[in-house]
Amino acid sequence: MNNGKKAIEVTDLTVAYRDKPVLWDVDLDVPAGVLMAIVGPNGAGKTTLIKAILGLIRAAAGQVLIYGQPYLEQRRVVGYVPQRESVDWDFPTSVLDVVMMGRYGSLGWIRRPGRQEQTLALEALDKVGMRPFAERQISQLSGGQQQRVFLARALVQEAQVYFMDEPFQGVDATTERAIVRLLQDLRAAGKTVVVVHHDLQTVPEYFDWVTLLNVRRIASGPVDEVFTEQNLRLAYGGRVAFLSRDSRPDIGRSADPAAVGPMARHDLEPSAAPQESSE
Amino acid sequence: MSLPQIEIQLIAAVVAVACALPGVFLVLRRMALMSDAISHAILLGIVLAFFITRDISSPFLVVAATMTGVVTVGLVELLNRTRLVREDAAIGLVFPALFSIGVILISRFAANVHLDTDAVLLGELAFAPFTRFVVLGYDLGPRALYMMGGILLLNILFILLFYKELKLATFDTGLAAALGFWPGLIHYGLMTLVSVTAVGAFDAVGSILVVALMIGPPATAYMLTDRLPRMIGLSGLVGVASAISGYWLARALDASIAGSMATMAGVLFGLAFLLAPERGLMALARRRARQRWEFAQTMLAIHLFNHEGLPATDKEFRIEHMHEHMRWEPAFTTQVVRQAERRGIVLSRDGYLSLTESGRQSAQQAILN
Repeated sequence: MNNGKKAIEVTDLTVAYRDKPVLWDVDLDVPAGVLMAIVGPNGAGKTTLIKAILGLIRAAAGQVLIYGQPYLEQRRVVGYVPQRESVDWDFPTSVLDVVMMGRYGSLGWIRRPGRQEQTLALEALDKVGMRPFAERQISQLSGGQQQRVFLARALVQEAQVYFMDEPFQGVDATTERAIVRLLQDLRAAGKTVVVVHHDLQTVPEYFDWVTLLNVRRIASGPVDEVFTEQNLRLAYGGRVAFLSRDSRPDIGRSADPAAVGPMARHDLEPSAAPQESSE
Repeated sequence: MSLPQIEIQLIAAVVAVACALPGVFLVLRRMALMSDAISHAILLGIVLAFFITRDISSPFLVVAATMTGVVTVGLVELLNRTRLVREDAAIGLVFPALFSIGVILISRFAANVHLDTDAVLLGELAFAPFTRFVVLGYDLGPRALYMMGGILLLNILFILLFYKELKLATFDTGLAAALGFWPGLIHYGLMTLVSVTAVGAFDAVGSILVVALMIGPPATAYMLTDRLPRMIGLSGLVGVASAISGYWLARALDASIAGSMATMAGVLFGLAFLLAPERGLMALARRRARQRWEFAQTMLAIHLFNHEGLPATDKEFRIEHMHEHMRWEPAFTTQVVRQAERRGIVLSRDGYLSLTESGRQSAQQAILN
């Protein structure tokens, strides 16, 4: 396990479009083995933060370390789930094929995926309850199913740190519970998961770590310390009246996924036993 | 068939397949217009290289023209990146500029060589067999066949080697970048391929019709399959079919071969567009019509299901009043009832309708969904 180690270290990260800063001098320390939400109003730079960490957007300043190393040297341990809308779902390919794309990174240039990759992809599809859809054309999937396929693709990356851009966007309640369950399984296996999230109500229930962002970093830390009304007001500019103290009774929670409560338990097909990471 | 006839068809088929292969990825990347830009802009490269080498079949000419194609892509992106001009407008600004400089240079300085404006637009496929590839006195066949064959091999090799990378970068650029496959490099690799192919095909079919052969067959294949390997294979086949049938159409009409090939590429697409078994217009219309009838039958079943077992609902089950309850046209209602009966959803007895067991099930299922 990587507990105690820092999975992600961001220092002084600034991203700008011309002279308009999108991220201003953001510092971030994420310990290994947490499930972290990034929340903030629209235009706060949540997606930009993830993309800048992954080197998909050039940073104007700052440094990013994954397990103490620059991202370029740590590609193999990082999994990425882009926004569902970022790809063309009419692309002529099957569900299984999309999931196998998660293995391309370990394959490297030119080498083709083979039987081993296919087995891994099918296992991952099992975990997200999409095995029966393996041979489907991807355009036939619903939004929730598309999201599950993307998650399966991230699973086969067998990464240590996952970045997910709004995995709950436009999915039904069943899929949302299934995804939460999956994220908690990942954490139980010692992985670090960072999720761009929109629904403030579910933050204390789903996550144990949170970063509040609004161009600057407002706060970052354990949910029960950082996810306060005051910080939310700082991030959202005082427009969070719906989140009063008594509407979230279950703040603060243990790291045991079984303690999350009945919501996450009953919906998804059982997943394989989480594997201990060999960091 | 005479030998030149066979040779012309062979060259046409090789050109068509060579064009279709990179075309598949252009279509999937929604960059179809880029082939138009490249195939026009390379004229400038050809002309400039011709002025230097004074040899229309110099390999240097191919290299220079290919580079012009890649430069065109770069210029379009540069212009687009200023955010002052959108991509489609950038394409429309860059390639006519380069193309027209090429046209001016030809008409001013090269009027007496093979490079004339007609050839630029339509190619000279009919004359292709006259230029032979001769080694040590042996005639090995038309030169164009070797040139296009080489380019075809290059395309096949590139797509075989980098199939996985091309697919990933086309489907999900973000993931490709995150995994360390430089999508920019793959993009320019593909653009180089498109440029080389356009240069090679330029002589045979001219700058306008290259586009038809790059976009038509892949677009046709896209209507017919939903798997990438099959789409690539089908594109090649459709390309060959366009080439051969185009040649015979040209013979029958005594018209331009290249023009007829492009016409056939269009005709084949039109057929696929209308008749493709899954995605074609006809299949779509049939599916919509069937869905409409099936939905009506389900509505009928749900109506009956909701009134089953309720007191004093006798009249809800009268066939002759059914259209009033459903607010349907009487003729439509009769039709729906007849179909529902045939599918075993309802039974009619003495002017009354009742649900069968399977009708009850499908109603329940529809409500649950």
